[in-house]
Amino acid sequence: MAREDHLVISSGKAVQPFHYAVGLYGSKFFQELKENRRLVGSKCPDCGKVYVPPRKVCGGCFKEMKEFVEVGPKGTISTFTIVRYTFIDPETGVQRPVPYGYGFVRFDGADTVFQHFVELDEKHPIKIGARVETVFREKMEGTIRDILYFRIIEE
Amino acid sequence: MGKKRVAIVGTGQTHHKSHRPDVNGQELIHEAVTRALADAELTIKDIDAIVIGNMDHFEGINYVDCWSVDGSGGTMRPIIKLTTGGTTGSTLAIGGYHMVASGLFEKVLIIGWEKNSESDTTGAITTAFDPIWDRLVFAGAIAGLAAEGQAYMAEFGITDRDAARVSVRDRKHAVNNPYAQLRKEVTIEEVLESPMLSDPIHLLDVCPRTDGACAVIMASEDVAEKICPVPDWIWGTANRHVYTYVGDVNLGEIDSMKNAATELFAKTGIREPRKELDVIELYQPYSFAGIIWIEAMGIIPRGKGSEYIWSGATDMGGELPINPSGGVIACNPIGATGLIRCAEVALQVMGKAGDRQVPDVNLGVSTGFGGCFWTDILLHGKKKPE
Ligand SMILES: [Zn+2]
Repeated sequence: MAREDHLVISSGKAVQPFHYAVGLYGSKFFQELKENRRLVGSKCPDCGKVYVPPRKVCGGCFKEMKEFVEVGPKGTISTFTIVRYTFIDPETGVQRPVPYGYGFVRFDGADTVFQHFVELDEKHPIKIGARVETVFREKMEGTIRDILYFRIIEE
Repeated sequence: MGKKRVAIVGTGQTHHKSHRPDVNGQELIHEAVTRALADAELTIKDIDAIVIGNMDHFEGINYVDCWSVDGSGGTMRPIIKLTTGGTTGSTLAIGGYHMVASGLFEKVLIIGWEKNSESDTTGAITTAFDPIWDRLVFAGAIAGLAAEGQAYMAEFGITDRDAARVSVRDRKHAVNNPYAQLRKEVTIEEVLESPMLSDPIHLLDVCPRTDGACAVIMASEDVAEKICPVPDWIWGTANRHVYTYVGDVNLGEIDSMKNAATELFAKTGIREPRKELDVIELYQPYSFAGIIWIEAMGIIPRGKGSEYIWSGATDMGGELPINPSGGVIACNPIGATGLIRCAEVALQVMGKAGDRQVPDVNLGVSTGFGGCFWTDILLHGKKKPE
């Protein structure tokens, strides 16, 4: 068989939808976001670390967290990149639009960082240590997309 | 230390390529298994158990242990699957080591493989991350690595030129490796002029996507030296996984490597890894890791990695050659990649590495990297461990 005769058969447009449980801690985050435009994390009773997104267990201490604390909405760029290559986004089935700013932001009052889009603005290039504010979408739906992006601010 | 000391007595790998439409998964696996058995002068009847793995979301077939038995030799034999993302290959090696060290199995066949050509690699990697919190902005391995490189650059003032030197090294080394996918030397300028994928990573700073398989046979001390005149003894292994969500990672240092290497060297009595090791096969999917991760491993103090790379110390002929095979930048069938690192160090210890042989290898390290910022690490030696 010649090389060009080798068969490749495509799976076509088949899709397999999933229905993911967010849990009580994650739901609390989205509820506060949607109803009060507030960002919350969970705080470990042992080490005091504040996690965003909030979750039940502090992995390091293996301790259950019960306290929610407000964080942000301002924060600091801890690191970032500008994504310039595109790919088929498995969440949407279409090519991810590029370029986009991809930031790791430490919300004021949080110990972990939160990743989301960062606005690309020539006047305010993204830098480690830069201050940001959170830009929310007008009509909140209680998903991660309620946060549109982070915007670099001068303080 | 287990009940039995463990050695690698045979290895086999495919000639890795970007696309192998001439073989399906089972047939690709079969090529590597046949080569490993031939290398050890064993037959499948000599094998007591099989450990197999890949990163199954690349092929979308979630039962590799079952459907690959024709190719793996697993028909009516004990076979288990291990999969830990990018670290799959090295986790397979660690799992196989545990099985032999336990004394329950004498000869174990370990198989890692991937057909990255069968899906969009970045899209598939994205499905390994949390659907609620991480996937919206996440862009596969490259963007996460870029964020690490960016953090390190800001702290130590290195540039993409410094990282390019690592890529130049590995791509030069790959020319000596007949199994590597990409065997073409590049210059620093070519790396810097290649398209920027995700700042500060250029196209020639990162690994390709590959179809390939690797197989390794481990045997207990009761039979290892009868099978293989110079077996590769596994002195120890360690691994660390660090996070739930991508934002939990301490980007810019690789805590998992630091922690795993510290444990490995402490329990095997390695005090000065830079002086005591003869070779490293580092799972280094992008050039900046060649600087950052050898610092975390304890080879060189933090902030000094770039200077060390420029000195030529990690080139072939240097004091501690890294990636004589050309490493991951030259070849990356993801579920096999960590096991290839392990097999390549075994070849170095056995003296069977051909044109990529480092002279007189007594001690070597292989690593695995995955998920984002997980580490597996193995210490290999020519001498039987005490
Ligand atoms: Zn804690």
